[in-house]
Amino acid sequence: MWGIKLIGKKTEELIFKQLMRLANAIILFVIGLIVFTIMRKGLPALSWEIISQVPKGGYYFGGEGGVLNAIVGSIYLAFGATFLAFVISLPSALFINVHLQKHKKLQDIIRLFIDVMWGIPSVVYGAFAFGIMIYMGIRASLMAGIVTVAIFIMPIMIRGMDEVLKMVPKTLFESGLSLGSTKYELSYRIFFKQCIPGIATAILLSFGRAFGDVAAVLFTAGFTDNIPTSLTQPAATLPLAIFFQLSSPIPEVQNRAYAAAAILTFIILAISVFGRMALRKYKKNSIN
Amino acid sequence: MNQSKIEVKDLNLSIGNQHILKNINCKIPSRKITVILGSSGCGKSTLLKSMNRLTDLYPKVKISGDILLNNQGIFGKEVEVTDLRKKMGLMSQRPAPLPMSIFDNVAYGLRISGRKKKLQMKLRVEYYLKVVNLWDEVKDRLKAPASSLSIGQQQRLCLARGLAVDPELILADEPTSALDPLSSQVIEKKFMELKDSFTIVWVTHTLRQAKRMADHVIFMYLGEIIEQGPAEEFFNNPQHEITKNFLNGSFN
Repeated sequence: MWGIKLIGKKTEELIFKQLMRLANAIILFVIGLIVFTIMRKGLPALSWEIISQVPKGGYYFGGEGGVLNAIVGSIYLAFGATFLAFVISLPSALFINVHLQKHKKLQDIIRLFIDVMWGIPSVVYGAFAFGIMIYMGIRASLMAGIVTVAIFIMPIMIRGMDEVLKMVPKTLFESGLSLGSTKYELSYRIFFKQCIPGIATAILLSFGRAFGDVAAVLFTAGFTDNIPTSLTQPAATLPLAIFFQLSSPIPEVQNRAYAAAAILTFIILAISVFGRMALRKYKKNSIN
Repeated sequence: MNQSKIEVKDLNLSIGNQHILKNINCKIPSRKITVILGSSGCGKSTLLKSMNRLTDLYPKVKISGDILLNNQGIFGKEVEVTDLRKKMGLMSQRPAPLPMSIFDNVAYGLRISGRKKKLQMKLRVEYYLKVVNLWDEVKDRLKAPASSLSIGQQQRLCLARGLAVDPELILADEPTSALDPLSSQVIEKKFMELKDSFTIVWVTHTLRQAKRMADHVIFMYLGEIIEQGPAEEFFNNPQHEITKNFLNGSFN
């Protein structure tokens, strides 16, 4: 109608197809470059020692040892925080979509607040939690880290779940109620099942954020060369270990940072792949 | 025979500024097929959904008047809405199977009613799938997702699912509108059989279907009931001008 007539439909199709190709190529190029850099610098420095040992004295100056403390710390922290966030996010997202279904304005306001929370940088959550910890006299610990990271990833998880729960067809809502379901049964037996694939995506996304974040744990979980054995002990994390090693002037130590980054990438990749595989069987039941 | 299952009294329903149902008064006779007939947007679905209070879900909805089920008001505070809804199976325009297996779809209503014995469950699921003539088609794949069925089969599954909670009424909201002619015929035939045991309210805008099925007709136009009565009287001797036009097809 307006101007598009200047070029034919076929040319238009071709141009947009190429533009979309280009967009995808850019993304793949960036990911490829990052992974390539990590692997090129990290793989030579990667050794069994790094994976299986905690830092010995002078590790950050090129001494012996590994980052097992950070690997274990990160896994504890990310799993703990993801679990905690999930326990709160799922009821919250279901509540917004099932119980508040009638109250569109309230839904919008809640979504706005959660979006704002999403936009707050993680360092602010870290500083906020740190302030509370000082006030209450709590020292940096795995528990404090888990709680802080959980609060920080909750908005991501809630909105991720919310976006898929929104798409549940109205007829399913009505059919569920017509069979005599309470809203609770409707939420957990129908909405949840219908959205398992999307909910899993939300969880995996949040897990990735929890695993890779530095700022929220910097003050709250602390850093240590030991593997934490209780929730009250401080815990090291991989991103922090990477940061410390990268800031070293010694090239050998810097390369170890890339090795740690490679480990982090592998773990996230493995968890995403296994998570999806485990949930694949639920996908078939969803209706559209 | 003439007792009415549902009685609607001075029902008015509006959403925001829109007055959707205006002074509705009607009776739904027991164990018959009552067809609510009317063109699109005349409020017939809304009337149907107010019977099992799905209208509760509409934002900014205002309802006055009353609906009596077995002579008891359904809008009262003491009414347990889940019990009310269990008494009425709903079939919607497009089938909405639950996101689970074929078996679980039928078993769902039984499970939430607290019935858990496995053998009994199996027998009941089989029974209701047989009632809707679906058993032979699905008996080898009860564990398959309900979404793998054809749309006609899904609609029959939804009927079985609704019957399994042992309702007194079946509310059917244009249940054949998304189906091919053959599947529609199967559903229509099934309902003709079911009317001996259930009170059926069937919403449609298709005149021919109404003629085929109705024992009793409620004709709606722009949110009002224009005419209602036994099917024969209604089709052969319509009283109102609008009804005559609708029946002649000279109507938009």
